[in-house]
Parts: sequence; structure tokens; C-alpha cells
Amino acid sequence: MIAATLAFYLFSALAIVGALNVIFQRNPVHSVLWLIFTFFNAAGLFVLLGAEFVAMILVIVYVGAVAVLFLFVVMMLDINITMVREGFLKYLPVGLLVGGILLAELITVFAGWVMSDSADVLRAAPAPDPSAISNTEALGLILYTDYIYVFQAAGIILLVAMIGSIVLTHRTRAGVRKQVIGDQNARRPSDTLEVVKVESGKGLQ
Amino acid sequence: MVVSLSHYLIVAGVLFTLGIFGIFLNRKNLIVILMSIELMLLAVNINFVAFSAFLGDLVGQIFTMLVLTVAAAEAAIGLAIVVVFYRAHRSIAVEDINELKG
Repeated sequence: MIAATLAFYLFSALAIVGALNVIFQRNPVHSVLWLIFTFFNAAGLFVLLGAEFVAMILVIVYVGAVAVLFLFVVMMLDINITMVREGFLKYLPVGLLVGGILLAELITVFAGWVMSDSADVLRAAPAPDPSAISNTEALGLILYTDYIYVFQAAGIILLVAMIGSIVLTHRTRAGVRKQVIGDQNARRPSDTLEVVKVESGKGLQ
Repeated sequence: MVVSLSHYLIVAGVLFTLGIFGIFLNRKNLIVILMSIELMLLAVNINFVAFSAFLGDLVGQIFTMLVLTVAAAEAAIGLAIVVVFYRAHRSIAVEDINELKG
């Protein structure tokens, strides 16, 4: 029990340190690396909560896909790092004010959270005994049956996002020779070949 | 000293606040704002999973996966917009993005 408590404090402290660094790093590449660090620690918190599948998905999706996407874009764009901090002090007071008020409100709401007695009966999908069935299997059993529409909607969201980002960033460059398969297939011998009867001794023109 | 639901909720609250804070402070770099949004979504995910674990209801974890999907889609679209904007204006500072006003 004490190990789990220590692990909770370790993971949450490191996640918060990582989040602070995401915001305050001067170089956006460092920010992305700290974001990855934060996500790893959040995945640790998820493992502590017994949600192993979501933890692994978090690592795979965020670290493997989203953070790498961020890294690519940050490195692709030539950002002037020296001017990144301009206007920092100007927005610090209002940021601190809004952030402080929000944090105070969140802590007031969350610190004294008590589950209602009737919450147990209202559960939509009561978690089975972890010793009988693994978290992944239990999730799969309800994800592909009761929540199949949510699952399909997630697929559609990803499809739309994929098409959207391709359409947004696609551009036709001038001066680039590109293979056009349709033109190649539509080409007939009569378009390019001409059979000429050459009289002997005269030649062409 | 047992870790209770409130502990997890407060960690999530702090992460969410840091995300808000990041949006306020970074006026020069749109990408850091997108990262702050990712932090806020992560805080929401921690809330979902914490409630799911302490209530014993698996639906929270299902919806965590949906939030994860939306976060990935949002990152892809957002970064595509950033790339397109950078091509047109050679800058991604927030104050340069003012063409849509009135």
C-alpha cells in the first residue's frame, strides 16, 4: 500500500513538473519532449488506477503519434526562439489571476468529493472483478457491444481528421513533373506514331 | 495514508490550470497553445479514469478512449492549419493571426 502511495505522489509530482516545463520552456522542441514526459507519468497514474489498457493506449497514441507529429511540425517551421518570450510579463498577471481563481474553484469542488450512496446502482457498466478478467478484456467486451456506435463515431472522427489535414496541407507546386497515370493509360499509338511511306532516293523533306 | 479520489482530481485540476495558464502566457507560438490544449485534455482523461476506477464503472475508460481520439484528430487538424498559416505568413505568432476580425 505504501508503495502505491509513494508511486502516486512520484507520478503526479513529475507530471506537474513536466506540465510546468511544457509551458515555460523557451524552445518548442523542449516543450514537446516535456509533453512526452508528462504523458508517460500520466500513464503511470492510469496504471496505478488499474486502467492498464488506457495507459498503454495513452503511451502509444500520444508518444507514438501525436508528440511525434508535434515534433515534425516544430522542426519543419523555422520559429524565432529569441522573440518567443516577448509579451510574457504583460500577460503574466491576468494569466495568474484566471489560473489562480480556476485552480481554487477546482480544488474547492474536488477536495471534498463524496460519492452518493445511490451511485453504485446507477453504474452503466460495473467493472468486473480484476482477478477474474483483465482490464483489456473487460473493456473489449463492452466497447464492441454496448458502445459500438461510440467506437464507430471515433473511427469517423479520425477519417474526417485525416481527410481534412490532407486537404489543408496539399498544394500543387509549379515546375514539378509528376506521373499522371490517367494520361499514360489514355495514350494511343495513333497519337504519337505516324507511318510514312518514303519514296526511294528522295528522303523526307 | 490511502490515495483517495480527491488526490487524483486535484492532480487533474492542477494540470488543467497549467493548460489554461499556458494558453494565456504563450502569445508567440501557436504550437505551444496546441500543447496546452493537449494538457487540458489529459487532465480531463485523468478525471475520467479516476472516477471510473473509484466508482467501479468501466464507461469512464471507454470515454477516455473517445477523448483520446478527439485529441489526436484535433492535433492533426490544428497542426495542419498551423502549417498552412506558416506557409502564407512566415509566422505563427498569435498576434499575427488577426485576419478574421470583423
